Amino acid sequence: MCAKAHAARPAYKGAAVVATDLLRRLLTLLGGVLGGLFAAGGARAVDLPADNAEAMFHSYNGGGVTANGPALLVRKSIADRVSLSASYYVDSVSNASIDVVTTASPYKERRNEYTFGADYVYRDSQITFGLSSSKEPDYTANRYSLDISQETFGGMTTVSLGFTRGSDQVGKHDAPEFADIATHWQYRVGVTQILTPRWIASANFEAISDDGYLGSPYRIARVFGAAVPERNPRTRSSRAMNFRVNGDLGSRDAVHLQYRYFWDTWAIKAHTVELGYSRYFGDKWLTDASLRYYRQGHALFYSDNAQTETTYVSRNRQLSTFDSVGLGAKVAYTWRKVPGRYEVKLNGGYEYVRYKYSDFTDIRTGTPYGFNAGVLQLYVSATF
Amino acid sequence: MNMSLHHRLSRGTRWVLCAALGLAAGSALPVVTPTTLAPDFTLRAMAGPNMRLQEQRGRVVMINFWATWCGPCRQEMPHLNRLYQKYGASGFVLLSVNVDDDTRNAADVAAKLGVTFPVLWDTDKKVSRLYDLATMPSTVLVDRDGKVRYVHRGYLNGYEDTYEKQVRELLK
Amino acid sequence: MSRRLLAFTVLSTMLLGGCAIQPWVKPYERERLADPIMAFSRNTLPERHRDHVRDVREGARGATGVQGGGCGCN
Repeated sequence: MCAKAHAARPAYKGAAVVATDLLRRLLTLLGGVLGGLFAAGGARAVDLPADNAEAMFHSYNGGGVTANGPALLVRKSIADRVSLSASYYVDSVSNASIDVVTTASPYKERRNEYTFGADYVYRDSQITFGLSSSKEPDYTANRYSLDISQETFGGMTTVSLGFTRGSDQVGKHDAPEFADIATHWQYRVGVTQILTPRWIASANFEAISDDGYLGSPYRIARVFGAAVPERNPRTRSSRAMNFRVNGDLGSRDAVHLQYRYFWDTWAIKAHTVELGYSRYFGDKWLTDASLRYYRQGHALFYSDNAQTETTYVSRNRQLSTFDSVGLGAKVAYTWRKVPGRYEVKLNGGYEYVRYKYSDFTDIRTGTPYGFNAGVLQLYVSATF
Repeated sequence: MNMSLHHRLSRGTRWVLCAALGLAAGSALPVVTPTTLAPDFTLRAMAGPNMRLQEQRGRVVMINFWATWCGPCRQEMPHLNRLYQKYGASGFVLLSVNVDDDTRNAADVAAKLGVTFPVLWDTDKKVSRLYDLATMPSTVLVDRDGKVRYVHRGYLNGYEDTYEKQVRELLK
Repeated sequence: MSRRLLAFTVLSTMLLGGCAIQPWVKPYERERLADPIMAFSRNTLPERHRDHVRDVREGARGATGVQGGGCGCN
């Protein structure tokens, strides 16, 4: 008993050091949480993620842009201690969006993304290392991440901490003299809590900091009606808080609710609300329906047609005031199943999204821009 | 800002001590510990008549609590099967208590896993509560006098060797 | 804000770890929660893709539970 009390205190003290540097803060928080929780002991074990494989065809079509491609993922556990995963994702983009069409000419491009992950389980903790590399002709993005999750309180509460560091190389077609970099730091913390035998909730917080070239070398801004290259700040710091609740409704169905609030140093504030419903039909069918509403306010330096000279100016519609409504449906069919051995499912999902901009005009018509998009996903998933 | 945090922390230290002591106290003594008598129960069996723990006196009993939705439970089934077939004739009995709500599905899964030992239904979770299960799966080893000797929480690769060693020891 | 968050997370975790409150949902009562439809995350690839599609078009990012990569998508 004494030993437990002693073990708890130093760990807490370690975590209590108030650090100004965000990284040191994260590490000490990590030490405190893990130290305190390891002291609590318990022989419970968290499961390694199940072995599985997924093969997907994805397609996005909207606003003059189409992006299709395959994606593959394999996950396998080794010696019951480590679970390794690897995935490959391709985006074949054909871009004739309003920006491209009004300021340049349509183009085609291919992006490849590789990710690797390793999950390690020890008692009630799970540690995940991740590496990801995305390459397209004018942009390379590399990420590495570390996530730790810890089950506590009889397995009713799971606390997780995560960290990602990214470093990008920005280039420009036909302009080898243009070369810049962007670096990203992401810190996340989350808590998942079992509320009742039928309800589970989670709260997540993520802070992202970007540094470097954060715009696009092709994008044009408008100042006094004239086209000028956009000027973005070289730093951006954002925060997002996400709350989710899942509830079992008793007749082999479940409801999902989600709300996220986002805010950043570019003065963008965004709300996301999502409602979902899942239901089993018979032994083999699972269907999901979802409704998502997203709304954001524009960045400080965003303007459709700036009437003053400012240090930063952008006409990037991703930073404008707009909202979007998405309606989605998914179906999964259990093709082969041997309980305890393997299971193969065929899945298909489609989401229809309507984007409506308030302060971005379609210069071809002079009215606020809006477009519809369709997102299709067809995939085979197997657990073994 | 710094000051208020430090103030909060020194008050917080008292909470931490409470938490740490509470940890010790809060982890209440489980009902089922080595050297206590294993609580008696009677449950419906998947195949055959109801089974009562008390009737197994004189034999070494392994009570294994499992569910179809618990991965490690399914993983340890083949090992338990092996143990049952090896020592069943020497006075060893394995009672596997299933806590699923849907017994039909559980029977299906048990059959597919090739289970040969008795499977008992605890759908209303009475026995699980009686034994105050802290994890899934949980394995309790009871000796010939009905006393609890070993309690295993969870299942990790290699546990089956410990089970075998302990069963052999109790069978002597 | 983040210092308060730090103190809150550590304190709440320590408190949750001990004291007199016992976990009120026992391990054998978690059958419904173990069902895939109750999971916050089901299949990795479709979720990563959906997150990517939104990241490219929306100003908001993060806290979705998906650890994604970056890209130069305009």
